[in-house]
Amino acid sequence: MTSQVSSPTTPEDPSSVAGVLGEQRKPAKETRRLDRVIIRFAGDSGDGMQLTGDRFTSETASFGNDLSTLPNFPAEIRAPAGTLPGVSSFQLHFADHDILTPGDAPNVLVAMNPAALKANLGDLPRGAEIIVNTDEFTKRAMQKVGYSANPLEDGSLEAYAVHPVPLTTLTLEALKDSGLARKDAERAKNMFALGLLSWMYHRPTDGTETFLRKKFAKKPEIAEANVAAYRAGWNFGETTEDFAVSYEVQPATSAFPAGTYRNISGNLALAYGLITAGQQTGLPLFLGSYPITPASDILHELSRHKNFGVRTFQAEDEIAAIGAALGAAFGGSLAVTTTSGPGVALKSETIGLAVSLELPLLVVDIQRGGPSTGLPTKTEQADLLQAMYGRNGEAPVPIVAPATPAECFTAALEAARIATVYRTPVFLLSDGYLANGSEPWRIPELDELPDLPVHFATVPNHTADDGSEAFWPYLRDPETLARPWAVPGTPGLEHRIGGIEKQDGTGNISYDPANHDFMVRTRQAKIDGIEVPDVVVDDPEGQARTLVLGWGSTYGPITAAVRRIRREGGHVAQAHLRHLNPFPKNLGEVLRGYDRVLVPEMNLGQLAHLLRAKYLVDARSYTQVTGLPFKAEQLAQAIVKESADV
Amino acid sequence: MSEALALVPKAEAKQSMKDFKSDQEVRWCPGCGDYAVLAAVQSFMPELELARENVVFVSGIGCSSRFPYYMNTYGMHSIHGRAPAIATGLAASRRDLSVWVVTGDGDALSIGGNHLIHALRRNVNLKILLFNNRIYGLTKGQYSPTSEVGKITKSTPMGSLDAPFNPVSLALGAEATFVARTIDSDRKHLQGVLRAAAAHPGTALVEIYQNCNIFNDGAFDALKERDTAQDALIHLEHGQPIRFGAPAPDGLGSKGVVRNAATGDLEVLDLAAEGADASRVLVHDAHAASPTTAFALSRLADADTLHRTPIGVLRDVIRPVYDTDMAEQLDQAVVQQGQGDLAKLLAGNDTWTVAG
Ligand code: SF4
Repeated sequence: MTSQVSSPTTPEDPSSVAGVLGEQRKPAKETRRLDRVIIRFAGDSGDGMQLTGDRFTSETASFGNDLSTLPNFPAEIRAPAGTLPGVSSFQLHFADHDILTPGDAPNVLVAMNPAALKANLGDLPRGAEIIVNTDEFTKRAMQKVGYSANPLEDGSLEAYAVHPVPLTTLTLEALKDSGLARKDAERAKNMFALGLLSWMYHRPTDGTETFLRKKFAKKPEIAEANVAAYRAGWNFGETTEDFAVSYEVQPATSAFPAGTYRNISGNLALAYGLITAGQQTGLPLFLGSYPITPASDILHELSRHKNFGVRTFQAEDEIAAIGAALGAAFGGSLAVTTTSGPGVALKSETIGLAVSLELPLLVVDIQRGGPSTGLPTKTEQADLLQAMYGRNGEAPVPIVAPATPAECFTAALEAARIATVYRTPVFLLSDGYLANGSEPWRIPELDELPDLPVHFATVPNHTADDGSEAFWPYLRDPETLARPWAVPGTPGLEHRIGGIEKQDGTGNISYDPANHDFMVRTRQAKIDGIEVPDVVVDDPEGQARTLVLGWGSTYGPITAAVRRIRREGGHVAQAHLRHLNPFPKNLGEVLRGYDRVLVPEMNLGQLAHLLRAKYLVDARSYTQVTGLPFKAEQLAQAIVKESADV
Repeated sequence: MSEALALVPKAEAKQSMKDFKSDQEVRWCPGCGDYAVLAAVQSFMPELELARENVVFVSGIGCSSRFPYYMNTYGMHSIHGRAPAIATGLAASRRDLSVWVVTGDGDALSIGGNHLIHALRRNVNLKILLFNNRIYGLTKGQYSPTSEVGKITKSTPMGSLDAPFNPVSLALGAEATFVARTIDSDRKHLQGVLRAAAAHPGTALVEIYQNCNIFNDGAFDALKERDTAQDALIHLEHGQPIRFGAPAPDGLGSKGVVRNAATGDLEVLDLAAEGADASRVLVHDAHAASPTTAFALSRLADADTLHRTPIGVLRDVIRPVYDTDMAEQLDQAVVQQGQGDLAKLLAGNDTWTVAG
């Protein structure tokens, strides 16, 4: 599924050619129409590939294509230049229709140096286009990555359409009058590449020029140099004979319901979801956090929105981060802590305290490769069991998990709903792929947002035999089993809570065996009783005997794989869990309705393990822990294979 | 009332000690120094005239950390070492509260050391009462980070090997703006220190020497018994010469703390000795910008015998308070960016419209 479907269209009017300031520029050469394209920008960590990819994404989003992105970068800030581990890449899939993944294999690779070529070549299908910066193919640079002969000359790239472009030279040439030092001028070569690709795919250019001028507002000469390099790249495509054709990908209008859209990454959507949850609950938002990849962007984002009354607290460590959040929760804030797997490990004891105190608290875990430090910049979903069980004692915690980057927004609202209604810590499990990946998002109208009213206790809730009134902090709501949330400052409700077992009702310290048994079961019953929506099964023909069940960021690849199978006449049902604790009430019935249940996960089978334990079904695992998302093609094959004998 | 409590609502009626006693039975060992501290705090609180519901006690784990249960205010008995972090989140988000942390030497200086030093440098509006009994009580008698070297306990039958912390020195090194030391058995002194701490804007650390009569009985006897106390205790009072020991003819102590001109360090001068120059004796300045002299004072004490232990307020200086500045940033953000507008935030700058 990697070929580009193309059909010739009439060339554009040649009069609308390049170089006009501030106008939508259209290429003059022959254009072909494609339904979708996968581009990968790859270079050194210092080459600005993430920025290049982000810009191309913004151009693409504003053009109205559907899109999905996959940034992939090393954990080191500046890994040794020109080496394979130092390669940073950004993949973007865009289309005139609804798409689900960043794509399996790029149609176009932009390789800024030999390392980028070597590291990415294996992912390219035959016939893919490769744009290489020939200036970087020096003997030394090639030797550094183990090329004994120049791959651009030895015929080893024959299967591909290679465009050798001296990107550095051309950039320097374009900026020769800029007055910039050579080193500074050279750094604009990523914008030259972006200009070239923008020409190739008819991307709108205004946005990038505005962006560059804003980004470098304090250094106008750098801004102008980048704009000049960007335009030079565009003009190069237009004039050089090596690029005979450019491509059009129509906006994906029919794939989207009516509305206003923007492009959004998972971490940004999550941050916005938290701010929105603060507004909808009417509670001040408090974030306690300690910097950790790939969660820090949420801390950064929330820190920029203090005008919403958002308090962000960068703590001395992960434990203090959640501790401060829990303190704020006691005081009546909508409290959040954001982290990744290693941070969750450190926070476990405080999560247990929150379970015991029965205070609302959002624990956001942007999962990354583990164990230990693992793969900080790569994705994985191996913290499910940690979220589920990683505490001492019986300490159940609800878990919600978004399926796509944009869904991180609603997941934050849902986590806040559960936390505030049931007075409990809640895990929100995102991952590195959702966090950094992006997709179009229909911006919700404010009146579409869920109301999340919170009522603090204001009056005593217990009358003693002698008629005196008292406040019992552990007197529960009979329906939700939630205890009252009485915040300091409320007269007459002074009370003490703690991590020691409490007597039912009064909340006083109690070591009574029967009371402990009762409290443990009650806390469990409260979580088990949380209302969550039923899981929806997608089985259009109703003929499927195999169910593919996923959770979290595998939604895109699983859905793409299922579509492939169906296109080829196969029958397979699909369902995706957004609630992992408690599971939807209909899940057992759904699972038992199929002869085979297949669970693809980026771990060694953690959800499958939970399903088998709870429902006694023979759920089968299909797993991958490469630090990268599944590829749809490979997943489709696995699903077909697994369902062959049912 | 000081700036520290300016935002905390006042009590409507006059309060008494009784108002601050909860209905819970106090469960420390009979004779434990914690009782005296609890009584001192309960009888001191009415003096602040704060609405009781706006007072919060947060503790960690250890004998002293049961304290919040006995106060008829809001309270949280949290987990080991984490009270300063939890209280920080509470104080930073609720400036209308008077937040007190109760902790011990193990809780604050061992498992929670990181949170303590960061609370001190951050200067959040917290009052930290550190009950130092130089032993682990609740876990039944292991040596603590303030125990003297060579301490024989269940976990150190041949004597402990590690050098102790001096909590006051530690706090001064951690950029604390208020550091004081007092003793469980001296209610008047204890309450005087609490008064100063309560009035201090920012984090206040009060080390309270507290006797654990079960596992470390008499640890502070040298400071308490009449015949030794006058030589062992150095009472610090702002603006007063630092003198201690048996009274000299002028009624003040016969020993004085002076600066050694050669080393800059502090030493004790016997004022009765021939040629001793009483004018060399330092005058205590709790508000000195530099913590150097306070630190040097804290080092006068002998870690083993506690002789020459300074008590009172060692340091009390004004520095920006974290929660005040945090609130100011929120206000500033509104001035700069306008009141948060959710629709505008969600829309961002780059949108496109799909028609129905
Ligand atoms: S063990 Fe020591 S510190 Fe703890 S309550 Fe008993 S006497 Fe007090």
